[in-house]
Amino acid sequence: MEILIPALLTIITAATPLLFAALGELVTEKSGVLNLGIEGMMVMGAIIGFVTVHYTGSATLAILASLMAGALMSAIFAVLVLQFHASQVPTGLALTIFGIGLSALLGQSMIGIAYEGLPIISIPLLSSIPVVGELLFKHDILVFLSILMVFAVMWFLYRSRAGLILRAVGDSHDAAHAMGYSVIKIRFLAILFGGAMAGVGGAYLSLAYSPLWVEQMTAGRGWIALALVVFATWRPGRVLLGAYLFGGITILQLHAQALGIGIPSQVMSMLPYLATVVVLVIISSDQARIKLNSPASLGKAFHPSR
Amino acid sequence: MNTSSPYLLELKGMSKAFPGVLATDNVDLQIKPGEVHALLGENGAGKSTLVKMIYGILKPDAGSILFNGIPVEVNTPAHARELGVAMVFQHFSLFDSLSVVDNISLGMDHDNDMHELAQQITELSHRYGLPLDPQRHVYTLSVGERQRIEIIRCLLQKPKLLVMDEPTSVLTPQEVEKLFITLKRLSEEGMAILYISHKLNEIKALCSGATILRLGRKVDSVKVEDESAQSLAAMMMGKELKNIAHPKQAELGEVRLLVNGLDLPAKDKTGIALQGINLEVRSGEVVGISGVAGNGQDELLAALNGEQRSAQASSIEIEGQAAGRMGPNERRLIGLASVPEKRLGHGAVPDMNLAENSFLTAFKRLGLIKNSLIDSIKTSLFADKIIQQFSVKTPSSDVPAVSLSGGNLQKFIIGRELLQDPDMLIVAQPTWGVDAGAAQTIRLELRELAAKGAAVLVISQDLDELLEISDRIGAICGGKLSRFYPTSDITIEQVGMLMAGVCIEEGVLNVA
Repeated sequence: MEILIPALLTIITAATPLLFAALGELVTEKSGVLNLGIEGMMVMGAIIGFVTVHYTGSATLAILASLMAGALMSAIFAVLVLQFHASQVPTGLALTIFGIGLSALLGQSMIGIAYEGLPIISIPLLSSIPVVGELLFKHDILVFLSILMVFAVMWFLYRSRAGLILRAVGDSHDAAHAMGYSVIKIRFLAILFGGAMAGVGGAYLSLAYSPLWVEQMTAGRGWIALALVVFATWRPGRVLLGAYLFGGITILQLHAQALGIGIPSQVMSMLPYLATVVVLVIISSDQARIKLNSPASLGKAFHPSR
Repeated sequence: MNTSSPYLLELKGMSKAFPGVLATDNVDLQIKPGEVHALLGENGAGKSTLVKMIYGILKPDAGSILFNGIPVEVNTPAHARELGVAMVFQHFSLFDSLSVVDNISLGMDHDNDMHELAQQITELSHRYGLPLDPQRHVYTLSVGERQRIEIIRCLLQKPKLLVMDEPTSVLTPQEVEKLFITLKRLSEEGMAILYISHKLNEIKALCSGATILRLGRKVDSVKVEDESAQSLAAMMMGKELKNIAHPKQAELGEVRLLVNGLDLPAKDKTGIALQGINLEVRSGEVVGISGVAGNGQDELLAALNGEQRSAQASSIEIEGQAAGRMGPNERRLIGLASVPEKRLGHGAVPDMNLAENSFLTAFKRLGLIKNSLIDSIKTSLFADKIIQQFSVKTPSSDVPAVSLSGGNLQKFIIGRELLQDPDMLIVAQPTWGVDAGAAQTIRLELRELAAKGAAVLVISQDLDELLEISDRIGAICGGKLSRFYPTSDITIEQVGMLMAGVCIEEGVLNVA
């Protein structure tokens, strides 16, 4: 029990940034836009959050700044893709490269500085329940927020009219346009939401997961988030599952390595990726489900004249 | 409200130019409340452009729109709906991955209680004989069922003016009859209907006034009762319709296509399983298969053209060869050509140009490959030949298939298959959404192909068409084929019974 609880707690911290980024990308993709710039938006969120907390000392301001940073990055993407009809794939890739470079430049003076981490919020009474209280009710604000966002996104997509319109735009932008919905505006907002969420996911890395700044500290998590969305067949509940599965195996293999099991460490490091892919591929093997949930216009440019 | 105008909607001097063409040129149109008004014209006559301007999708270059005598500027479809205009599109504006009720909700301008809406849909659809399950997902529905969504969606808005772009092309005669009763009731209730159709008998049956367009200009506005179908057609096309001489003498040759007790399980929960299909089509004959949308037509076509292989090679024989396990290309090579119902995305790749699209089905039979590369000269010559012989209206073979109007693309696809000299042709819905002139050309070509000795199988929901061109006719219902009867010995009512799965011998003859 003494080893288990800290291990489980680290799983949660490993999953949270993925969850933010993947949820944001899910909403973006549901509107029919493929943004491959998650990694770049996350890493920008991480550095801006860290810089803000370093100079102001306010975690709240830092999270808000990361959110803005991610949204701003995605706005560049949105303008290029929606207004100038740039192809989505290379534009997204460029955004990632741009984000990694810019964050390294901004973060030069931040290397080697430490931060004490986001304050832990204990929910009164509930958090004093043994084991469960420790696991479920004693976290920083972003962990709570990430879980809340899963349900918020679910509600938005499947219960609200705005979510229905967003799914419609992702399914057939021509039909949505013919009905008088503003495809460009809806996609712009979806992209901004995706960027903001990726920014917050990045902030979690530099403010809570390992509260310091290292160049390229996202270490490919943006790509994992992207894969999670696809393998979760664009469903928020499965994104939650996938993110925790990935986080879980990441931590488990670290502990296994520490125990000195005779498996090459490279193979161990591969495990979380492999397991996530395998599990999600099995889940998503139902073709009809995929047809139902995948946005049909994903990645296609929209020309209102046609 | 200004009630001085007798017209609900009045268009004055509407013009709209696209790069290279004047789509509509100074067109006037008037509709009174409660009037069913026809808009007639061939493909490319400017009908779609005109209604898109009424519905706020296109902005007119010149002209004015008066609603109840008040000049309005319709900038968006939402604005049009606010004014009381609803529209059933020819190309459906539907979202495949959403349910029927979601789709309908999206067409409304305000938020709805989904449960209430679902109830309204069920109620309305039954009242008007257009049954629809609100919870079904659109991708599981047939074309006919999809159209019902569009119609119901419009009716839910209680519009003052209903614009319908060829609404009956995918309905059964019974459904058409019910729809006409509905439309007449709506018009009695004071709703005006702008009815776009190529079917002159429908216009005669339903409409009181008609505006005829040709090449973007208004030819005339007439009272339908003063005109005959022939005179309307003549105004529309500037020439008389050529009738099909029904060849009864045609010598039947050997069996080209033989299906022996073909069973095919349904692909998914919503698909139709084919059961015990027996069919033979001989050289020189046209065989028609009628049926209500979604009774296994798509599955039958896929089984015959090789998209869906059967379990046993012997269940389908082409030219005496067991072909059940062959793929589409092998079947093409031994002489079977097919034209699917869905033009864009099945019959043609929307974003590829016409030359590329003609290559896709003809490359083996016509040898359009040279040294493993596309012989682009031969391919574009072939495409040009199709365009010329079937008078496809397009600037060149270089334009993407998606930019052609529905009827023009259909002419192209049919032409592409016919010019490959197939020994057997399977066509689904050959003239859906095609104007009267072009439809007649396509039917003549199909007959001519049979006269040259090919076997032709037509799967269609247009009964008049089947009765006109087929030698023998049957129906598909719930994945089973009825018996086939010589067209000369069967009445429309009897075919209707076959379509409902009733056996004529047990049904009609016993009653009579």
